[in-house]
Amino acid sequence: MSPRLTGNPPEVVSAGVGLFADAAAAQGARVTEVDWRPPMAGTEADLARVMADPRRQPANEEALRRIVSTEAYLVDVLPAGEALGLSQREFLHAGPPIEWARTSGPLRGALLGAAALEGVVADPEQAAALFESGAGYSLDPCHHHRTVGPMAGVVSASMWLFVVEDPATGRRTYCTLNEGLGKVLRYGAYSPDVLSRLRWMADVLAPLLQTAVRRHGPIDLKAILAQMLQMGDEAHNRNRAGTLMLLRELLPELIDSGAPSAEVAEVVRFVAGNDHFFLNLAMPACKLTLDSARDLPGSTVVVAMARNGTDFGIQVAGTGEQWFTGPAQLADGLFLGSFSAADANPDIGDSAITETAGLGGFSMAAAPAIVRFIGGEVADALAASRRMYEITLGEHPRYSIPVLDFRGCPTGIDVTKVVRTEILPQINTGMAGRLAGVGQVGAGLVTPPAEIFPKALARLAELAQPALPG
Amino acid sequence: MSVERVLLRRGLYADSVTLMQVSRELSGAAGVQAALVAMATELNLEMLAGMGFALPDSESPNELFIALRAVDEPAADAAGELAERLLSTPRRSSGAADSVQPPRTIGSAVAVAGAAAPGGSDTSTLALISVPGRHAFTEAMDALECGCDVLVFSDNVSVAEEIALKDAAASRGLLVMGPDCGTAVVGGLGLGFSHTLDRGPVGVVAASGTGAQQVLCLLDAAGVGVTAALGVGGRDLSEAVGGRSTLAALELLGADPGTELILVISKPPGESVAQRVREFAAGLATPVLFALLGEGQDDLTQASESVLSSLSVPVPAWPSWTQPVRPARPGALRGLFCGGTLCDEAMLIASAELGEIRSNIALRPDWSLDSTLRWDGHTMIDFGADALTQGRPHPMIDPSLRNQRLAELLGEPGTAVVLLDVVLGHGSHPDPVAGLLPLLSATEVPVVISLIGARRDPQQLEACALRLQQAGAPVFSSNAAAARHAVSLVERGAR
Repeated sequence: MSPRLTGNPPEVVSAGVGLFADAAAAQGARVTEVDWRPPMAGTEADLARVMADPRRQPANEEALRRIVSTEAYLVDVLPAGEALGLSQREFLHAGPPIEWARTSGPLRGALLGAAALEGVVADPEQAAALFESGAGYSLDPCHHHRTVGPMAGVVSASMWLFVVEDPATGRRTYCTLNEGLGKVLRYGAYSPDVLSRLRWMADVLAPLLQTAVRRHGPIDLKAILAQMLQMGDEAHNRNRAGTLMLLRELLPELIDSGAPSAEVAEVVRFVAGNDHFFLNLAMPACKLTLDSARDLPGSTVVVAMARNGTDFGIQVAGTGEQWFTGPAQLADGLFLGSFSAADANPDIGDSAITETAGLGGFSMAAAPAIVRFIGGEVADALAASRRMYEITLGEHPRYSIPVLDFRGCPTGIDVTKVVRTEILPQINTGMAGRLAGVGQVGAGLVTPPAEIFPKALARLAELAQPALPG
Repeated sequence: MSVERVLLRRGLYADSVTLMQVSRELSGAAGVQAALVAMATELNLEMLAGMGFALPDSESPNELFIALRAVDEPAADAAGELAERLLSTPRRSSGAADSVQPPRTIGSAVAVAGAAAPGGSDTSTLALISVPGRHAFTEAMDALECGCDVLVFSDNVSVAEEIALKDAAASRGLLVMGPDCGTAVVGGLGLGFSHTLDRGPVGVVAASGTGAQQVLCLLDAAGVGVTAALGVGGRDLSEAVGGRSTLAALELLGADPGTELILVISKPPGESVAQRVREFAAGLATPVLFALLGEGQDDLTQASESVLSSLSVPVPAWPSWTQPVRPARPGALRGLFCGGTLCDEAMLIASAELGEIRSNIALRPDWSLDSTLRWDGHTMIDFGADALTQGRPHPMIDPSLRNQRLAELLGEPGTAVVLLDVVLGHGSHPDPVAGLLPLLSATEVPVVISLIGARRDPQQLEACALRLQQAGAPVFSSNAAAARHAVSLVERGAR
């Protein structure tokens, strides 16, 4: 063993004046230079306080350990009324809390549809008066009920939910069943065909899935997610392989369930015809693993990123239930048919929980088939994933990206690293129409508003121990 | 009618040395009368105002400005394009494995370096931090968490941050050199401002960058090398910091079988810190000598001689190039230094003979210079002091500010003699002598030079000395000798 500092020349990493890196390299040292740039403006004092907090590193290590090791099994399918105790007039939505007056078109559309689905009103249009009145109903984020919902994320009592469980603790998370693409409630559509599809899902699809899941026994969702990444899915905008693998597990149980074969065929056709069906399992699986890292004092890890179509919010392991919010951004991407950017609503949905867990945009390199969403090339996908390693705590030991030499997915967004590098989390997303009732208009890429990270950092700095003076 | 442009760029960052190079290239472009490309720090904005430019409407020191004055519109356009091109040229990264995207944080760079390291390699990783001071703590803490020893070259780091870093290092068994650590030699590798030295029996612990450079270069002249020179930062031996890094460095060198003698270089520390360090040193098997720079203490040259005596190495005649000697003149002594400790040592020697010497790093509070740095009597200015390096390169890298002052002083009748340091080695200007030669050749005022360099430094010590001598300046490898010579050229009673 060569003595440190007096023996062999050290490896050098250098941040700052390039001249010193050059001088070391000229003497034959191996030098790795940091492409250092100043952090987000005005954050240096908060950064120093948070970096000085001795709880941070062990808390973050523990957070990462929990996130990657928590198991997630699909154990049941239940109506929201039963699973969450929702009454007819209680509605959940995606993203951070919001009052009706500030809701965006797609969230309004989904709430109108849900009110009609629950029989609160006969016609969705009549529900607007109810919501405007501000009384006689409740509106709450999914995340406050161990639930996640894609796009508008509206959950009401009669909708059925996937039940995902951590076998070690019995903790559960929930998510609705995916309706498919196009004119669907989660994109803000509420026409009669949208509502009748939802009724069929509650009457036929969900009960049959419940039977199949119960017959099958718990299904290991993280095992499926790990395989998906090897098969071209990133589990946010591409869930094709995951959907088929789920079907592979459930098909024997569906066939053997005793249900009429025509009904079984209808269910299988619906699931197989919706490449996004597995998204609604990827999301609660990600939430379950991330929730395990909540409430770790000192930890700077993001445990939720969520949008309600108006605000983008994050929650952080070391700051409890507080949301740090800023305006949701417009996605950059491709539009369906004749839709254009003018038709798109700002970013919406809880589905950024996949990115929070290292999937979706963070694992873009695993899904070259969908790089056209960024109008780009495969190299852009590789660059995007590589960039995410700069803002994450570590690599996932089970989820890996083949084209990056099976490097683990970048996992555990660290607020300090986002602030230091000004690299924002990359999110793959669908785009909802700006107006209620329109539905999906496109898909693309989006980032959170930058200012929410300094906000979270400021709170972490307030809570830091022991505080650096000044 | 000249055309003036001041453009602001957000999200663009370059270190002060790179910006200096861009500014210089731009200033030399066809049709350009003046140019300054810099981060919008207070100091740089002041400089911009001094150049007669209208100030940009900047909101943050993280913004970069491009200011240029050109003879006409086409020249201004061309210069603007040149500036953008120079700023967008990426720095190549030497040895980084991930050529696709360079790492953006120290932690990320350590991961890249680790992935690129040959398997089973027996090396440690050292982080060299020279980002602006207010950002240095974050990067240094990141490095410690990655298991790296850290050299913080940056100054303007708070005492509280320094203590927090050193405590974090101690709990991990690591060493923090700095903040404001100008020089180090580890594993034969010179870092910061440093020299090409032989391996040898001496281990150096230094709270003073240029003080260490002087001693290392004198030892080199005597043919004695080092195991390591560990900087600890100028405040390490203060009561507040309590010698945290000095003790850690002593422990490290004390455990090193190749280190036969340890030399601690510092200003005299406070009573309790001094006692702690001496007690700790007494407990080591390796003998420890102290070079404490202060009134009534040995100077750095004498301290170097003590090291040689302890090693039973004969003390050589310290190299000097002193012909011809100019006669003493009336007026004041003006010291213009890049090295703080060299300035301090020169003031101690000179004030013993001349009394009051005004300075921005004055020996006594009532000898302080105001921010104009001007005074009729004897003065010595340290251009490397914190206040003069915010947002601009250290004068060892860019001596232009110092040389500009030299030109002014040489034209003033009150100047009897000027004392300068020229510091060679890694990190320093590739030819710090070149800018001085025309000034030296054109003046009758004696200019005495303290030349700090090792025999194998890239700038070529001997050649530099001869060029300076030929331009009429007496040159000394001992800063103390240079200071004594300069004092001898001041006509007594004239001031």
